[in-house]
Amino acid sequence: MTGDQFESDFKDDLIPDAGPLAGAPGDVSDMSVAISDKIVGVDSVAARAALADVAWEPGAKKPDPILIADGVVRRYGGLTAVDVEHVEVQRGVITALIGPNGAGKTTLFNLLTNFDTPDHGTRTFDGHNIDKVPAYKIANYGMVRTFQLTKALSKMTVIENMKLGGTGQKGESLWRAVLPFTWRAQETAIEQRADALLDRFKLSHMRDEFAGTMSGGQRKLLEMARALMVEPSMVMLDEPMAGVNPALTQSLLGHVTGLRDAGMTVLFVEHDMDMVQEISDWVIVMAEGRIIAEGPPASIGQNKAVVDAYLGSHHDSALDLDTEL
Amino acid sequence: MFLAAIAALMAFLSFGGPVAAQDDPAETVGGRLRAEDDAGDKIFVEGVEFTVFDVDGNEVGTATTDADGVWLVPLLTSGVYSVELNVDTLQGFELRNPENNPLTGVEVQPNTNKNTLFPLGERVIEESNSIRPIQLFVDGIKLGMIIAMCAIGLSLIYGTTGLTNFAHGEMVTLGAMIGFVFHVTWQFDFLGSWMTSLVFGAVMATVITGAIGGLFNELVWKRLRNRGASLISALVVSIGLSIFFRYIFLYQFGGRAGFYRDYRIGSQVEFFGLFTMLRKDIFIVVFGGLILVGVATGLRKTRVGKAMRAVADNRDLAESSGIDVEQVIKYVWIVGSALAGLGGVLFGLTENVNWEMGFRLLLLMFAGVTLGGLGTAYGALLGSLIAGIFIQMSTLLIPGDMKNVGALLALIIILLVRPQGLLGRPDRIG
Amino acid sequence: MDWVSIIESLFRGLIGESFIFFALAAIGLNLHFGFTGLLNFGQAVFMAAGAYGLAMMVATIGPAANRNFGWDLSESTLFWLGIFVGVIVFPVIFALVMGIPTLRLRADYLAIVTIAVAEIFRIVVRSPTPGIKKWTNSSDGLTGFSGTFYDMSPFGTQDRYLFNLFTGNQMFLVMVGWVVLAIVATICWLLIRSPWGRVLKAIREDEDAARSLGKNAYAYKMQALIIGGIFGAIGGMIRAIGFSVAQPDNFITDVTFFVWVALILGGAGKVLAPIVGASLLYGLLNFSDTFLRQGVSNDLIPDSLMTGTQVGQVRFMIMGLGLALLAAFRPQGIFGNKEEMALDDR
Repeated sequence: MTGDQFESDFKDDLIPDAGPLAGAPGDVSDMSVAISDKIVGVDSVAARAALADVAWEPGAKKPDPILIADGVVRRYGGLTAVDVEHVEVQRGVITALIGPNGAGKTTLFNLLTNFDTPDHGTRTFDGHNIDKVPAYKIANYGMVRTFQLTKALSKMTVIENMKLGGTGQKGESLWRAVLPFTWRAQETAIEQRADALLDRFKLSHMRDEFAGTMSGGQRKLLEMARALMVEPSMVMLDEPMAGVNPALTQSLLGHVTGLRDAGMTVLFVEHDMDMVQEISDWVIVMAEGRIIAEGPPASIGQNKAVVDAYLGSHHDSALDLDTEL
Repeated sequence: MFLAAIAALMAFLSFGGPVAAQDDPAETVGGRLRAEDDAGDKIFVEGVEFTVFDVDGNEVGTATTDADGVWLVPLLTSGVYSVELNVDTLQGFELRNPENNPLTGVEVQPNTNKNTLFPLGERVIEESNSIRPIQLFVDGIKLGMIIAMCAIGLSLIYGTTGLTNFAHGEMVTLGAMIGFVFHVTWQFDFLGSWMTSLVFGAVMATVITGAIGGLFNELVWKRLRNRGASLISALVVSIGLSIFFRYIFLYQFGGRAGFYRDYRIGSQVEFFGLFTMLRKDIFIVVFGGLILVGVATGLRKTRVGKAMRAVADNRDLAESSGIDVEQVIKYVWIVGSALAGLGGVLFGLTENVNWEMGFRLLLLMFAGVTLGGLGTAYGALLGSLIAGIFIQMSTLLIPGDMKNVGALLALIIILLVRPQGLLGRPDRIG
Repeated sequence: MDWVSIIESLFRGLIGESFIFFALAAIGLNLHFGFTGLLNFGQAVFMAAGAYGLAMMVATIGPAANRNFGWDLSESTLFWLGIFVGVIVFPVIFALVMGIPTLRLRADYLAIVTIAVAEIFRIVVRSPTPGIKKWTNSSDGLTGFSGTFYDMSPFGTQDRYLFNLFTGNQMFLVMVGWVVLAIVATICWLLIRSPWGRVLKAIREDEDAARSLGKNAYAYKMQALIIGGIFGAIGGMIRAIGFSVAQPDNFITDVTFFVWVALILGGAGKVLAPIVGASLLYGLLNFSDTFLRQGVSNDLIPDSLMTGTQVGQVRFMIMGLGLALLAAFRPQGIFGNKEEMALDDR
């Protein structure tokens, strides 16, 4: 929960480079290992351009929303953690969700990924209503999430972590599990995909090590790589920069923009304003459970409501939700 | 040091068995002979001789009832026996069912005592005026109070440390046995009344179990916490300890039930024709009620009590408010164990003292605490009371030997319907 | 001291029918706890399910059906039906009853509910009320269901085998038992090495991580509970056949604890470890039992310290303490490795 837990060993971290992709943003040739049907045809350049026409106000409608939440309310005891009338996330761009401590970002994040159920409201993902859908099924629809406290499974090896991410595995069915010939071929294919991703994230040398031996930063990368095994159309990142060594930051940012350029939608919750400014295409600001501002990153700094929320004396909330996981 | 404590405990308990531990046969047959005297009071009958025969008709042993009406014949092995009451020794009373004397087909399981029943005198058709549901309700309150007293510790230990302590039942048994040692074996009667040794025994039981609970926290649980052992391994440790202590109890105390002394059971007291209670049960309910009210008040008003509730509710929040969590945990263990010990004495008073009593009660405690909300204090109280009432009243529908099944089934159903219990919070349960 | 009989009983313990019973139960529990992190403290109920499924089918349900419906099912038909009921039907029912309320909650709740179900089972089966007694024969238990099995034995009933330790029937049972054990162990091994097993390992460590990757944690846990329960039921059935009786007292909670100690001793989380653990444990128990009893009867151990009947109690004391110490200091047992061991982490 605090930075202490994520101290990465500088020596073990990846040597920062220009980013994971061979070429400039937009070069998707390297993404062939991870392209899924869901993101074919998503033109992130056009998607970003379309944002120029969107109004800078909370709940603004987007030209091609992949995720919509309507009238979502979540209360704990007597306190209202989240009360969002309407929010839409544009497909194919990077959206940042920010706000001061206790604003309800994590709660909203959990509600959007269905790891929490709202008291009221509906959520739609990629045209499907996900209100009654259990958390695990969301991944099948194409949404995958990471965790603030990295959940790299330390008792499994890196390659096992990766293979776990594969969807639609026949071998995961109880009946077929005892008959290896029914799933061997698929397993090999999954392993190839995993190795390719590990290569891209420069983790191949740790392939057969237990994930528990990795540094914090490496685990973050592993979690991200593993998430890509799901072949998602939307990646939800929960404080991806938390506790990450500054030397690793550029590398991670590069990976995130790479995802977008390949056609995936990214939403992340962050405190790190530099990251927000540097890579996000759109910013949503929360305070005291509500959305108080939306707009491109440049517009947020001047927004009076935002400044008040961060600096002002509006910290009367007894709620301190961001200290929970 | 730990081993020394265990050795001391064993030595102490070795005084306890109703029969000296050394010659402790694992299988016995016996009973308690009761009758009504001319005044209509219930008494025990002394001086009546019983003979036990094995399946081939060989005499295995004889015994005579003592001042408490108790007789006991040790056996060499489990099996089938017959029991004969020598009517010549039965002065002034008649067997109700003389055709059942000798009683044949008496089956004795391994490691158990078999109780036989020889009713005397006429069966009184309406022994007391009571309306059965109300009677059961009152019985349920009594049982519920005992469960509640023992369960508070269980719930608070879970709330403050996250440990599901499967060895908690053994505290109950320990309390009952300590009370037994002081009251029955050593008979510390003051002022000529048998009641004082019982009171003294109860006080000692409370103090000693409290101290042992605190000791365990220091020596075992705190060390495990500090080593970062997971809650699951702590749970397994508690289960191992539960087995260990239960068999120490069996080893030292023996397999049969011990009874606290009543020179008279005491007559039944009628309440408005609605229900009756034995005098000792009235005492249990009143005394138990006072203790529980005291505990509930203490939790509300005293600093320590409030701290306990705060830590049980949200440990991190409590810690950041400046509460010394380790200190609170220590008190929780001491008070929780002491209450369990006292509850054990009361439980022994209302039923009997045997090596498994705490373990049997543990399951009922889980039922009560889960119903009320695992981790809360008031939830434990409320849930246990309801559980006790439910158990007794379920005998309206199901046979008496299965009444615990009702509570256990209810436990399962609660988890389906409202897992956090009545007063618990949903985020505590996963 | 009759060392020959002590060694004989040790050997018998290491490979005999009781060991097979515990080994199968331990493999099942390994699937539950070692691989999935489920706290099942009612494995004895699954074992009883196997025993009683078979026994009831042959001894009470079958004949009752024959009477009421006018069927004429032979004992051997009932026997095979009974195997199906005992190995599949009953364990599945028990697993559902235990799992549906608790698998979405914290691990502790499964522990509580499994112990509760074990107690319910004990009370109900032993109940003398006639409505129940006619099906289960309460504490006396059921007999007369193993005939079909022994009819298939190629060993002469009067002959003795393997250093004169086993009668013909026992030999047959032990051989069948070993074959079954090998099959079950192989199935377990296949399962663990499969993607299904991989998901279990993920769930054991962190359910949310598994969920975020699209795995239905609840379903996998339930499957593991059922399969592990089936393994236990097979063990219970074999023992019931071996002793030709299905009695409630053979399946009390202490049996569950035996299995736990065997599992942790061997090392939870490795496929073959529970077999070694069960073998060692049972051998040790037999050895100490015979050794102590002889010590008592030869007056090497004074009566004031321990009588013959207390030997059994001392064994349990040692077992309980052993379990506690193992869990605290060496949760990975003999063969487990610390990194993988579930006990070390939440």
